[in-house]
Amino acid sequence: MLKLTRQLCAISGVSSREDAVRDFIADTLLPFASDMRTDPMGNLIVFKEGRKHTGNKLLLDAHMDEVGIMVSGYTKDGCLRFSFVGGVDRRVVLGKRVYIGTERILGIFGMKPVHLSTKEERKSIPKLESLYIDIGAKDETEARTLVKLGEVGVFDGESLLFGNGLLKSKAIDDRAGCAAMIKLAQEELAMDCNFVFSTQEEVGTRGAFASSFSVKPEIALMMEATTAADLPGTPGGKRVCAPGSGVVIPYMDGGIIYDRKLFEQLRCLAEEHHIPWQTKEYISGGTNGRVYQRSCGGVRVAGLAVATRYLHAPTSVAAVSDLGSMLRLARLFIDRIAEED
Amino acid sequence: MEYRDLLEQLIRAHGPSGDEEDVCQVIQRNVPATVDEVTVDVMGNLIVHQKGNGPKVMLAAHMDSVGIIVTHIEKNGFLRFGALGGLEPKAIYQAPVRFRNGVGGVIAVNENKAEKEFKLTDLYLDIGAADETEARNLVAVGDTAVFAAPILKNGTRLISPCLDNRAGCVALLAVMQQVKNPVNDLYFVFTAQEEVGLRGAKPVSWSLEPDYALVVDVTCPDDVPGALHEGTTAVGKGTAIKVMDHSMIAHLAMVAQLSRLADEIGITVQKDLLKVGGTDAGAVHVSRSGVLTGGVSIPCRYTHTPTELIDQTDLEACVELIRAFCESELVRR
Repeated sequence: MLKLTRQLCAISGVSSREDAVRDFIADTLLPFASDMRTDPMGNLIVFKEGRKHTGNKLLLDAHMDEVGIMVSGYTKDGCLRFSFVGGVDRRVVLGKRVYIGTERILGIFGMKPVHLSTKEERKSIPKLESLYIDIGAKDETEARTLVKLGEVGVFDGESLLFGNGLLKSKAIDDRAGCAAMIKLAQEELAMDCNFVFSTQEEVGTRGAFASSFSVKPEIALMMEATTAADLPGTPGGKRVCAPGSGVVIPYMDGGIIYDRKLFEQLRCLAEEHHIPWQTKEYISGGTNGRVYQRSCGGVRVAGLAVATRYLHAPTSVAAVSDLGSMLRLARLFIDRIAEED
Repeated sequence: MEYRDLLEQLIRAHGPSGDEEDVCQVIQRNVPATVDEVTVDVMGNLIVHQKGNGPKVMLAAHMDSVGIIVTHIEKNGFLRFGALGGLEPKAIYQAPVRFRNGVGGVIAVNENKAEKEFKLTDLYLDIGAADETEARNLVAVGDTAVFAAPILKNGTRLISPCLDNRAGCVALLAVMQQVKNPVNDLYFVFTAQEEVGLRGAKPVSWSLEPDYALVVDVTCPDDVPGALHEGTTAVGKGTAIKVMDHSMIAHLAMVAQLSRLADEIGITVQKDLLKVGGTDAGAVHVSRSGVLTGGVSIPCRYTHTPTELIDQTDLEACVELIRAFCESELVRR
């Protein structure tokens, strides 16, 4: 599970350019899938027959895309103007590396050096307009030939293990979920499962608008990474969740109140099987669940997530043990749903 | 007075967004035996079908109320919470609340906060627990609570929590009882999760595919001191025909039809235009290939507080107008 997560995190897949992630998953699951298709939004939908034939009853979703940047212009001296793709805190990119386009052109997030900035500027976070990406081009013409307008860039966030069982990497959100779903799809399952590796979640849960209508599930399980704020100086009520304290079972976030019965079912399963779990102790974020829940005539939605610090940054941090807990609980959930009616 | 017992039952039932089971059951108990079918969908929407040969009409009122949800339990036994629906920190400070299991509490604010600085995260909930252990014995993270205030009556005026939108639910139950032989094919829908973003109405309108929809909800009146003229209605001046709000522009044919019917049955109505806020109609009218949608409103002051205020005569007029609509000849679409 850890090896697979790290492999997935290393691939570039900024929202709308998930191709490399999709190819990797499709190749990995080809021998295991009963059916596999890519829809017009780019969602990879893998159907895996289980012991019980339940068709479209159960859907699992993890999104393939990650946050990044999109090139929106050039400066006369050959630097790039850009926008963020997905929610990125401007503070986390300064001085960091970014790889742009399929050619992986190296760029550095730059800003005015300290001796040229005013006292006021040093006190505040620089505005997006004052940031740029330096690709080392000598002028605008060279920059234009190296990087096309609209190209996306991905953070350089090599994955490393550190501290007490922690993983640091870019894109843990949501390659952790993808990894867990791949593992499940490789197993013999208690019932039919529709695995949706979705696109464009980070820009507004967009891929799910298509997959929810094409699969029309009765129950949907979100496999996600969620923001942890167990940081020095954060009071208990705002910490949300913490890496290493178990898989997160959410009851509500910014976009959805999860199905109360499924929430309770997951909570009981975790307790029964001694799987460490926690819930979100602050309401924040959102998942594709908000789309599935209100699609067609309504879908019962549950969620599982890996608590992740610095979620949309090149250096997000999760606990290895939580990855395993999420996988185990998801497997038990499938078993339990299969037992019903 | 008519409707009042039923309204009180519904107000006292637990039913914040996403946790509507209790209020749903109370409504179900009050559905007349004459209806054809009662179902609850996966979102928790309660659907009552009263068959008719005419076009399919969806009548909707949301049954959820605003509320709070526990997000964290502190070592000293105080609770932190999130909002279910639009809550104004200044307005709910010191409000009494009640959990589904009966545990009571009061919303309080961190000391040293000036009122104008109140944010939801500065508020906490005090259930009188001595410490974390005692608090955890009473409630769990994810549990919900609603405002628990008395129901006050001055003549036809009512002051109470949850009038938004239990008043609308009562209206639909009353219509259900009064319409005996419906001309139209009626679906009375008590929707879930309206307060958190019209979430129940969206899937249920997809399932039902109605020809017409009429949504009943409360509206913010413009009749209080210092009103900003963001609305047009006044409490006690009759039910209001929805023209527009932030979620929908009512279909002109519906506005015209409802105005004509009000004339015919001889009731005074107001027009409801609101710059802010929305109702389930916002989700219903854009469902599938579009639904011809209108709204009937009950003016309600101080919505989303423990002390909402309506006039019962507005509610009664609302029932008459909806009933007239149900019994009117509608063009099949």
